[in-house]
Amino acid sequence: MENPFRSEAAAFRFLLITIGAFALIVVASWIDPWLGFAVWLLLTAGAVGVYLHQRGPRAPQEHVEHVGPAEERRVLVVANETVGGKELLSAISERALQLGRVRFLVVCPALNTRLKTWTSDEDAARAAAQRRLDATLARFASVGIEARGEVGDLDPLVAIDDAVRTFHPDEIVISTRPEGRSNWLERGVVAAARERFDVTVTHVVVDLGVQDTR
Amino acid sequence: MTSHAETVHEHHGPPAAHRSSRVDARVLGMLLFIGSEVMLFGSFFTVYFFVRVVNPDAPSEWPPPPYELPVFVAGINTAILVTSSFTMHWALQSIKRGQRAAFLAGMVLTFVMGLAFLLTQVIEYLHVGFNTGDGAFASVFFGLTGLHGAHVAIGLTLLGMVIIRGFRGHFSPEHHHGVELPGIYWHFVDIMWIVVYSTVYLL
Repeated sequence: MENPFRSEAAAFRFLLITIGAFALIVVASWIDPWLGFAVWLLLTAGAVGVYLHQRGPRAPQEHVEHVGPAEERRVLVVANETVGGKELLSAISERALQLGRVRFLVVCPALNTRLKTWTSDEDAARAAAQRRLDATLARFASVGIEARGEVGDLDPLVAIDDAVRTFHPDEIVISTRPEGRSNWLERGVVAAARERFDVTVTHVVVDLGVQDTR
Repeated sequence: MTSHAETVHEHHGPPAAHRSSRVDARVLGMLLFIGSEVMLFGSFFTVYFFVRVVNPDAPSEWPPPPYELPVFVAGINTAILVTSSFTMHWALQSIKRGQRAAFLAGMVLTFVMGLAFLLTQVIEYLHVGFNTGDGAFASVFFGLTGLHGAHVAIGLTLLGMVIIRGFRGHFSPEHHHGVELPGIYWHFVDIMWIVVYSTVYLL
């Protein structure tokens, strides 16, 4: 859930907008009741449009503040089925070597069907994501990469958003299947993350089909 | 590099409330409460519009004869309540800047204006010329404005607590959640009144 009223200041702004909107509606209604209705309809449509625009992919870009020691780099890795892919492991190993002091946080969004989400049937999805995460962290550890991980929200963008707020990454690595087979690419998750956060967003393509046949 | 891995195993079910919401848990609680309040007011508005739509005199004559509403007095009352939101905002901005005197002045002014609104509404009830049992319009008028009045009373209780705590030295630029939450609530009460006043008195 993304909340439009996060503070008293936001509520106060909403109050001012309400005063302006209702003043318009009342004046229009005094001229003609149907004009008042039309103004109400227009303002409602406008409000919905602004809300959708603010929470959509074109939301204002957020500044991600660097926290921790200046020399330390933080990399957020977001992946689901591709979390154990060789290309991803290679990209992480490369960063571990190049960046020196680096911390990794691996987030596996608990992907679920819409029906199960609506009925709060999420335990199986979270358990599956946890299993993938455990296997991946074990694989990272086996090659000497220090990482911690957690299961994220079922919406990959919200999962990234949550992790950004607590982890403050300097780079976000998003792993997906190749174009045409990736649901995340179809939904524009990588592009949306690039627009939303002012840190480097790297896209790693993992072809699980090729790896399975090797 | 060291070999180290840790995972979060304890958690089951959806993410904790403060994670996916991008908002502090206490603020989220207040907002969910306000969401339920909006639904409550929504039910009262539904009744109001139903009564209005089925009334044969509407829309040429509204409120239906012989009812008359004190639009001007209620307008002054609206101005008082709207002003109290400004002083509430000023009070919060003041405590954020560490200006304690301005914070306390803002809170006291907000409280006094809220109280003035409530007392004026009580006086309006005494002089409006009809009572709750005088037909559907009268019932819904008292129901809607009375529901709002109850919320003002709750808001005044919250503001009173903030004032008492403020005079006892509580709150600072770093810790002012106890002001922020009643502030959100107070603005909500104000917003609802604008909707009630516009709908019941003006339209």
